[in-house]
Amino acid sequence: MNDRPYAASSLLAVALAKVFSTARSGRGGSRQELADRPIPLEVTIPVLPCRGGPPIAHRLFEPLGWTVEALPIPLDEGFPEWGSSRYVRLRLTGEVRLAEMLNHLHVLLPVLDESKHYWQGPDEVDKLMRSGAGWLPNHPEKELIARRYLGRAGALKRVALARLAELGDDDVEMVDPVEDEEVRLPEQNRLPLNAQRYAAVIQVLIETGAHSVIDLGCGSGQFLDRLVKSGAFTRVAGSDVSARSLQYAAGRLRLEQMNERQADRIHLFHGALTYEDDRFAGFDAAVLMEVIEHVDPSRLEAVERVVWGAARPGLVVVTTPNSEYNVLYEGLVGMRHPDHRFEWTRSEFAEWSEHVATAYGYTVQRRGVGEVDQTLGAPTQMAVFTRQEGRDE
Amino acid sequence: MSDDSQELSITVPNMGLVVLIGVSGSGKSTFARTHFKPTEVLSSDFCRGLVADDENDQSATPDAFDVLHYIVGTRLRRGLLTVVDATNVQRAARASLVGLAKSHDVLVDAIVLDVPESVAVERTTARPDRDFGRHVIARQHRDLRRSLGKLKKEGFRRVHVLDDTDQVDAAQIVRERPWNDRTDVHGPFDIVGDIHGCASELRTLLTRLGWTIRLDDTGAAVGASHPEGRQAVFVGDLVDRGPDTAGVLRLVMGMVASGDALCVSGNHEAKLLRALRGSKVTVSHGLAESLAQLEQEPEDFRARTLSFLGGLISHYVLDEGKLVVAHAGLKEAYHGRSSGRVRAFALYGDTTGETDEFGLPVRYPWAQEYRGRAMVVYGHTPVPEAEWVNNTICLDTGVVFGGSLTALRYPERQIVSVPAEQQWYEPVRPLAPAAGDREPTALRIGDVDGTRWLETVHAGKIKIPAENAAAALEVMSRFAVDPRWLIYLPPTMSPVSTSTSEEFLEHPEQAFEEYARWGVTRVVCEEKHMGSRAIAVMAQDAQVAERRFGVSDGTTGALYTRTGRPFFADTTELLERLRLSAAPLFESLNTDWLALDCELLPWSAKALDLIKTQYASVGAAATHALPEALDVLEQAGARGLDVEALTQRSERRLANATRFREAYTAYVRPTQGLDGVTLAPFQILAAEGRALATTEPHDWHLAELAKLSSDLITPTRHQFVDLASIQERGEATRWWNDLTAGGGEGMVVKPAHLTDASVQPGIKVRGREYLRIIYGPDYTDSLSLLRDRNLGKKRQLARREHGLGLEALTAFVERAPLWKVHQAVFSVLALESEPVDPRL
Repeated sequence: MNDRPYAASSLLAVALAKVFSTARSGRGGSRQELADRPIPLEVTIPVLPCRGGPPIAHRLFEPLGWTVEALPIPLDEGFPEWGSSRYVRLRLTGEVRLAEMLNHLHVLLPVLDESKHYWQGPDEVDKLMRSGAGWLPNHPEKELIARRYLGRAGALKRVALARLAELGDDDVEMVDPVEDEEVRLPEQNRLPLNAQRYAAVIQVLIETGAHSVIDLGCGSGQFLDRLVKSGAFTRVAGSDVSARSLQYAAGRLRLEQMNERQADRIHLFHGALTYEDDRFAGFDAAVLMEVIEHVDPSRLEAVERVVWGAARPGLVVVTTPNSEYNVLYEGLVGMRHPDHRFEWTRSEFAEWSEHVATAYGYTVQRRGVGEVDQTLGAPTQMAVFTRQEGRDE
Repeated sequence: MSDDSQELSITVPNMGLVVLIGVSGSGKSTFARTHFKPTEVLSSDFCRGLVADDENDQSATPDAFDVLHYIVGTRLRRGLLTVVDATNVQRAARASLVGLAKSHDVLVDAIVLDVPESVAVERTTARPDRDFGRHVIARQHRDLRRSLGKLKKEGFRRVHVLDDTDQVDAAQIVRERPWNDRTDVHGPFDIVGDIHGCASELRTLLTRLGWTIRLDDTGAAVGASHPEGRQAVFVGDLVDRGPDTAGVLRLVMGMVASGDALCVSGNHEAKLLRALRGSKVTVSHGLAESLAQLEQEPEDFRARTLSFLGGLISHYVLDEGKLVVAHAGLKEAYHGRSSGRVRAFALYGDTTGETDEFGLPVRYPWAQEYRGRAMVVYGHTPVPEAEWVNNTICLDTGVVFGGSLTALRYPERQIVSVPAEQQWYEPVRPLAPAAGDREPTALRIGDVDGTRWLETVHAGKIKIPAENAAAALEVMSRFAVDPRWLIYLPPTMSPVSTSTSEEFLEHPEQAFEEYARWGVTRVVCEEKHMGSRAIAVMAQDAQVAERRFGVSDGTTGALYTRTGRPFFADTTELLERLRLSAAPLFESLNTDWLALDCELLPWSAKALDLIKTQYASVGAAATHALPEALDVLEQAGARGLDVEALTQRSERRLANATRFREAYTAYVRPTQGLDGVTLAPFQILAAEGRALATTEPHDWHLAELAKLSSDLITPTRHQFVDLASIQERGEATRWWNDLTAGGGEGMVVKPAHLTDASVQPGIKVRGREYLRIIYGPDYTDSLSLLRDRNLGKKRQLARREHGLGLEALTAFVERAPLWKVHQAVFSVLALESEPVDPRL
């Protein structure tokens, strides 16, 4: 069940192109002169899905010579507190060639909806070029239009996991894999911090002479890729709870193209940190980078037992956000990622890491990663656990 | 030579390896074909053919034997009798097979076909496909002759030699089960822990268990029997340390001799046996007491003791494999097996080879990793109290050290103990459970991942495909509540079969007909609340949470969705209120914990985002687009175009859209935090000692739940229908009409009495208006298309998930290990990821 029978979407765009194909190509038969010149036109679209609201409609149509009236439609008049829906009532008036009007609508309806009903083939770019000929190249928002028109070509189709979301219990966003850390941070903070974290952890691993490393919660393999390339490690493994993330990781690492010797060095597998797993054991070091904050506090005990109790690597490196630092991020409301279950202050992290070290026979040292603030510390905090000798082996 | 050359009946183990030995042409293949199933026999020729397409290609021999060893190993691991048909005249070839048998802890017998060389040569040359000559057979014959005398020493349990063709033809194979295989004995059993010469406590315990003790002329206890025909099983360590080893032996030997008891050997029996046989042993750990006491006994008693001890085996597999008794326990791979290391494990435990600060051997906690189907009962390590660990239990409660003597009643799983009359022996180390010896609450990945077949009582054998398990792993580990609270997940529910009436897609009459067809005579129709499914698991307090659920962080319960996610960020307050409301149930069920199946209302409390993005959006689009369409149509009509049909259609669509809006609006109620949230419980899933969902019919559940009344509780209205009564069916249909006309979602029809697993546990009959939010505003215009819906898959899932849910509840109630409960719950979630029409 969806809004397609009522809303102006790519279905309408395609229908327009089909029904008015001659007009859209600019041919007017015996009245060619009418087709060739701008004529006064009025277009009313009663229900237009419009991501970004009325301002986007203005930005897209006004540069094309239209006078735009875009009125938001309330979600439900019975519940005024719910606010506006994602639809607008659009009215365009102006003097425009008929063919251009049809091309404008053909391209911009799906752009405003940010969705298409059909599978996009490789010829989608050509289609855009054809329909946009004469007006798109000079449009000030041409990048936005192209990006939205082509959609997220890389998006994988829904897998079994998403079906669970359809039970109405979860929304799809939430079961998407945690792709990037700290998505709520502005890019200019996020990217350097990622790099600093990778570098800091690799440095610790090299300093301690670890040769085999397992990245627990490796996600799409960004850090694994660095481990593999660094050459300092003879054996590298990655595990994640998201089967989709592991697919990305395998692609990033080009596992399928590896020869036997390369492939022997690296192992990816599906696992969860709350289940004891023999495959986690047998490494010099384990890395939990930005992982623990995705675990419910009540399940941390299980993670501790699985990693420090059962797998027991000589070295465990944990990184997690320093919540004290969050005030320095302009515009950040709440935690750094919607899936974070908690973010700790330095003292909370210290208390937890000391507790784990004592319980499982490790010593622990903490340090900050990233640009340090005098009073608030570094944006990321890291704990390095070293297994006490004599307790094992 | 065989034990007796006249004896032509050859006894081989029914689980183990049989190695045929004989030169080419000695008739091994014919012999194997005559006496064994084709799948039991593996020949080197066959394997050569597998890897080389030519049974005589000698260059393929190494690869052929690799394949042969792999298949033999796999069969032995799976406990199947396997016969190897190869010449095996060389010692090295036999050694690898003997090694294979030992590594799978099974017995290995040899059957030698020692026919005259001339016969073999004659047969071989008669075969066109054999191109090797007489000299090959001569060499094989020499190898065989050299081997014959040494075979027994090579590790074969028995060597059967058939030394001419007549014997080969006359031989009969007798399959013998291992001594430890007593799967045909079903009990009921009273399994008794380590006694260590505490004869008086043993008599007290047996009396407490209802046994009648038989006395001889001198008043000594010489046997016992149980009026209900129960059998005793002794876990060993009858002897040493205590005051009356002879008395214990006399009683137990009598019970074993009369068939009233079984007894496995403990390490102390093994050592006492060696001492009595005159071997040199260190006299420690209480052996001195036994030897001194036996010295007082008459010679014939000592002789009987010697023969009794000599006949004790290390473990028994009982009751169709459901029960294993071994003195120090036994890991699953060793159940029913026979080898030196199996015996060592059974007698001494899984020792690491190290000793602790008291000089006692350090043991590996095998029970923590135990995942076997069989219950394992054992003793050996004194513990303060018998406790279940993964379906295993240690009954040594240290009676000789002043603890108690403990028995387990099987299958009742009831523990019966009598205290020691005094401390008879100074303990070497204090009685305390070794750290980490308790049941682990961490689960293992092997418990849930990969493709799995689960055996359930309520839905038979269920396959969980690996890809479904993978999807569930992510949801379970990222979003679900602590698995210790997750003792149940609700099944999906199928709609009623499609109505054939003009107006309806779903109608009660089909539900009544379906249940009647399935042999159900009475059903209950329960109002289907439109909310969110909620499972409430509550302990009375934090102590109960820790004791019964193993949760020690102070939480006392969980309220979770159908995929195991917690409702709201913090459900403490809601649970607290529910616990108060449910007080009458805690009392009437005499329980300190409770699991309820409920609907949480209103729907908007949990699903407001979904309502806004999915339903309200469609409503907004429809109610704004259609009036404008009608305006345009009116203008067109005014210009004389014939748009009458289109106008009518659009008017109908607008009316449908309006009804659609009304449909979802009915389930939206403003809530502020938890204010306005109510729960409608409709089944009591379980309470202490009772898996009520499996044992009680719905009228019981509804009657019990009717006792609850508070602001928090929304009652579940219901009607019972005798399916034979047209009148009652009609009344229920009217009731459904009223419910759904007033905006209700519909009703669920369930059998009012307990049924077998083939019957759907419930079917939903959804209202005509409610279905608009499922099938779309205009679904009533295309009923004829929608009628063609397939319910088969949905119903199969409903039955399986229902069975798995009951399996989980039963396991929890019976105090099965966490992994077992979790496995069933996890499987429900895994099946839920199976694609089915989401509108069903």
